[in-house]
Amino acid sequence: MLGAGASSLVLEVENLAAARGLRILFEGLSFRLSGGEVLELRGPNGSGKSTLLRILAGLTRAHAGTLAFTAAGEDEPGRHYLGHLDAVKPSETAAEQAAFWARYFGRDQAEALKAMKRVGLSGREQVPGRGLSAGQKRRLALVRLLIEPRPVWLLDEPTAALDIEGRALVTQLVAEHRARGGMVIAAIHGDGFEGSRTLDISELKTGAVA
Amino acid sequence: MSGSFSVFARELKLAWSGGGGAALPVGFFAAASSITPFAVGNGVENLKVAGPGVMWIALALASLLPMERLFQADLEDGTLDAYAGSGIGMEGIALAKTLAHWIATGIPLAIIAPVLWIMLQGPPEASWFVIVFSLIGSAAFFFFGSIGAALAAGMRRGGLLIALVTLPLYVPTMIFGAAGLYAAASGGEWAAPLMLTAAAALFGIATSSFAAAMALRTAID
Repeated sequence: MLGAGASSLVLEVENLAAARGLRILFEGLSFRLSGGEVLELRGPNGSGKSTLLRILAGLTRAHAGTLAFTAAGEDEPGRHYLGHLDAVKPSETAAEQAAFWARYFGRDQAEALKAMKRVGLSGREQVPGRGLSAGQKRRLALVRLLIEPRPVWLLDEPTAALDIEGRALVTQLVAEHRARGGMVIAAIHGDGFEGSRTLDISELKTGAVA
Repeated sequence: MSGSFSVFARELKLAWSGGGGAALPVGFFAAASSITPFAVGNGVENLKVAGPGVMWIALALASLLPMERLFQADLEDGTLDAYAGSGIGMEGIALAKTLAHWIATGIPLAIIAPVLWIMLQGPPEASWFVIVFSLIGSAAFFFFGSIGAALAAGMRRGGLLIALVTLPLYVPTMIFGAAGLYAAASGGEWAAPLMLTAAAALFGIATSSFAAAMALRTAID
């Protein structure tokens, strides 16, 4: 489902450093992650988890160091970035937004419907974005992951604002993605994902990747 | 390609639905042109001197109005992150958004332009010419404006910065467009100013998305 290269998917990060203004958030980060692995980013608020995810997503420039996603037979494996903000438009209905992302990724409209159902937004299709609760907005953001299968998922606190059932859904989605050979890097507080590796960013000067 | 096209279609719809605000520039254009006779006097000669110039200024300023929200809304709600994080070029996004907003706003502006033109004592037989000029002129104003819009996207109350950055870029369109309208009003030679205004618009369309994309990448950094 993710293409022939998914199993050979590798992320290599070497000596990565991130800075916000003049402050170095972390430096000397090196790790290697393969397809089928989940990496949890942990650390106190402001330690640079979100910044690391944004760097991996190509949104923010690294202060120093290199990173490379590689997969056999692909130029650059596709990535999904889910940030703090859910990219939900207040005036469009939930269904319209799911349909938009399907068109955006060049997918069939059936994919949008399937994804809406999967994230538990059935029955809320005609509610405009401004009428959705924080948890429902987050679920609508998850739709993007389902509509377009991409090997790399970069998730910034994916379970924030979600109820217990929503958390279980994210855990389930991550497990399925992993089973397909996909890679997940998620900043997370509280309960993590089973069998995942952990990177505590606040200990980074020792370069501790468990 | 499907990415940029779907963004274009979405923006076109959003521009005319709740909160899009394509009506505001149209209202501004009409209001600014309508109150001109009260300021410059309603004598035919006065309006013939001031009318075309005032109308062109009103069109430029009306085109600046939607610029503050052009990219800001997408930056604030995370949509720009979602676009950029899915690997679709920022140039395509900037072009699609600006084009959609120009179509949603520029066409209504051009449609009401002849009404305002006649109100300002322009010869009615030049109406078609005024429509064409307003279309081309608003395209130039929107695309040059998108550069300022992208630069100020990350700022609260960035409107002033947009005006400061954009107005110098408006100067060629201002000169050629107003020259064309005056020529149309007096029955003079209008082909050269029309072509020069169109050249300014094409230059804006061809270059602005690259400049705007660069500014947007910095904004989300």
